[in-house]
Amino acid sequence: MSTPLTLLDKLWAAHEIVTRQDGVSLLWVDRHLVHEGSHHAFAKLAARSAHVAAPELTFAVVDHYAPTRNRAHIADPQIARMIDTLRANAATHGLRLFDLGDPAQGIVHVIGPEQGLTLPGLLINCGDSHTSTHGAFGALAFGIGATEVAHVLATQTIWQKKPPAMRITVDGALGAGVSAKDIALNWIAKLGTDGARGHALEYTGSAIRGLSMEGRMTLCNLSIEGGARFGMIAPDETTLAYVEGRPHAPRGRDWDAALTAWSDLTTDDDAEFVRDVHFDASDISPTVTWGTSPEQALPVTAMVPDPGQLTDDKADAARAALDYMGLVAGRPLAGTQVDQVFIGSCTNGRIEDLRAAAAVLAGRQAKVPGIVSPGSALIKAQAEAEGLDKVFTDAGLDWVASGCSMCVGMNGDLVAEGKRCASSTNRNFRGRQGRGARTHLMSPAMVAAAAVAGALTDVRPLLQGRPA
Amino acid sequence: MGGWTQHNGQAIALPLANVDTDQLIPARFMSVPRADGYGNFLLHDLRRDAQGTLRSDLPLNAHSGASVLVAGRNFGSGSSREAAVYALVDAGFHAVIAPSFGDIFASNAVNNGLLPARIEDAACEALLAQLGAGMLPVTVDLHASTIAINGTILTFALEESWRIKLINGWDDIDLTQQYTPDISRYKDNRSQTASWAWPAAAD
Repeated sequence: MSTPLTLLDKLWAAHEIVTRQDGVSLLWVDRHLVHEGSHHAFAKLAARSAHVAAPELTFAVVDHYAPTRNRAHIADPQIARMIDTLRANAATHGLRLFDLGDPAQGIVHVIGPEQGLTLPGLLINCGDSHTSTHGAFGALAFGIGATEVAHVLATQTIWQKKPPAMRITVDGALGAGVSAKDIALNWIAKLGTDGARGHALEYTGSAIRGLSMEGRMTLCNLSIEGGARFGMIAPDETTLAYVEGRPHAPRGRDWDAALTAWSDLTTDDDAEFVRDVHFDASDISPTVTWGTSPEQALPVTAMVPDPGQLTDDKADAARAALDYMGLVAGRPLAGTQVDQVFIGSCTNGRIEDLRAAAAVLAGRQAKVPGIVSPGSALIKAQAEAEGLDKVFTDAGLDWVASGCSMCVGMNGDLVAEGKRCASSTNRNFRGRQGRGARTHLMSPAMVAAAAVAGALTDVRPLLQGRPA
Repeated sequence: MGGWTQHNGQAIALPLANVDTDQLIPARFMSVPRADGYGNFLLHDLRRDAQGTLRSDLPLNAHSGASVLVAGRNFGSGSSREAAVYALVDAGFHAVIAPSFGDIFASNAVNNGLLPARIEDAACEALLAQLGAGMLPVTVDLHASTIAINGTILTFALEESWRIKLINGWDDIDLTQQYTPDISRYKDNRSQTASWAWPAAAD
């Protein structure tokens, strides 16, 4: 009997080129995704007069600085320069570039899967921490810094020490109005932003199996917010149905060979995890963050926490967070007035997210302004074909082009100082959406509910009598 | 990047947990070329009030010349932006001491000669208390894994491979060149046994 293996073990073994005596492995990189922020890495490459080792495995996309309006005339010269630099680097090295005008442009972690570049069994790197998104397909996917990006560009490999494996099992059925975003915020609130630090995280259980690929991507995307090195889910029928027929997905004999290879991408019974955590899906409520760290999250029905009731190590951070967020301990979270909303990002900018938000907004008016930015140009087109854009604009929200937009604010889509934003994004860090901006993270449906109420509110009553 | 074995400098406290990379360097500064220097961006918004004046209650603002930062748990969590490390290095820091670090940050730090030294929670709290609002001379020794400060010697934890890299100032691309035949062999084998792993040509 051979030792039972985890999904991590299998993916790791398949990519290991050599292992040094100190336990660090040189791994083969199947896909490398670069964006405007990769300029430091290209500069390092240029300084060595090196070339890209595998241009056919390297894909470039304009997303972090992508204007969501008036793309033909970029007013800010710094933004224009960042995009032009990526164009020049892509041209120099012969990389496929998803440029602003490309019908398949979008956020790197949205278009990778959409284009069939993301597949089960691959190792995927990108100079962006939310690369963990691609683990939803049963891939080994992780964000890297600029020096490592330069290394992957130059060698198509990366040095890594194998992390220990951790498992989160979520069983049972999610309630109405509860989504993958709530699963993620819930576990990060329970285990902390460093709860999975240094670990390779595998999600399993009936509630995970029941998620669409969009939901799985949301969950794996947020793994990094709980500190995990990788987040992954073993591929199944849902995965295969999503991948088959995508533009760059294998076809014919390659597809058959892939199916055979992917059928082994599961954790063996009795394989060991250094940490095993269980959650019951029915215990999870629509969740919002109240502070400046993703772990500072609670069910929307809860009260703003009293730092005096928290343990010492959390109390100071909570006090500082409440001060920054302008919240008062002991008051209900629901009813906290918001100034604006944002729906989009690599976390929650996919078609299912837009449908969930539109289901709440249909026939209703938003009390506050907001932006809806689809995760890709293809999602934008699909949403328009489904009439979702009309739902958003009729409600009074702006329907704009695709990019990272107000999640990180690099393109100028910012939340003003002191303003409060209900956001479907991934980080409520101080200043993330703009200096002094107050971010509350939540699911797209909850953002839509906040738009309708002009305040944080439970989405569930707004869904009653509406098709799920 | 040069290697180093011992650093004699000044330690200063930043007694906060979860200092994320967005705080270490706000996103709006990240389009700047590295040659321009990132030191002035370090903790930019945390160090200034709404009017842009440097807050006097932060040790970092009260003293100049600090080269070792002592902080709370989960330092450098968040994004993969290596600019967070550039900001520290360009501001003159050689080491950050904390109970834990964001994974990608720690890796980026080592790639730029910055030591992410892990010490126990209790030791870190004691160190933060000793430093208070002041600055103290410190000696960090990579070979011995020690931090000597104020008559106390602390031992820090660090991946062995990272210690070697910091001491030697190695560049991974140079190191990897010696494995070129292994990489070629792997690639040939993968392209034959898993040709599905190459992107199909789009129609």
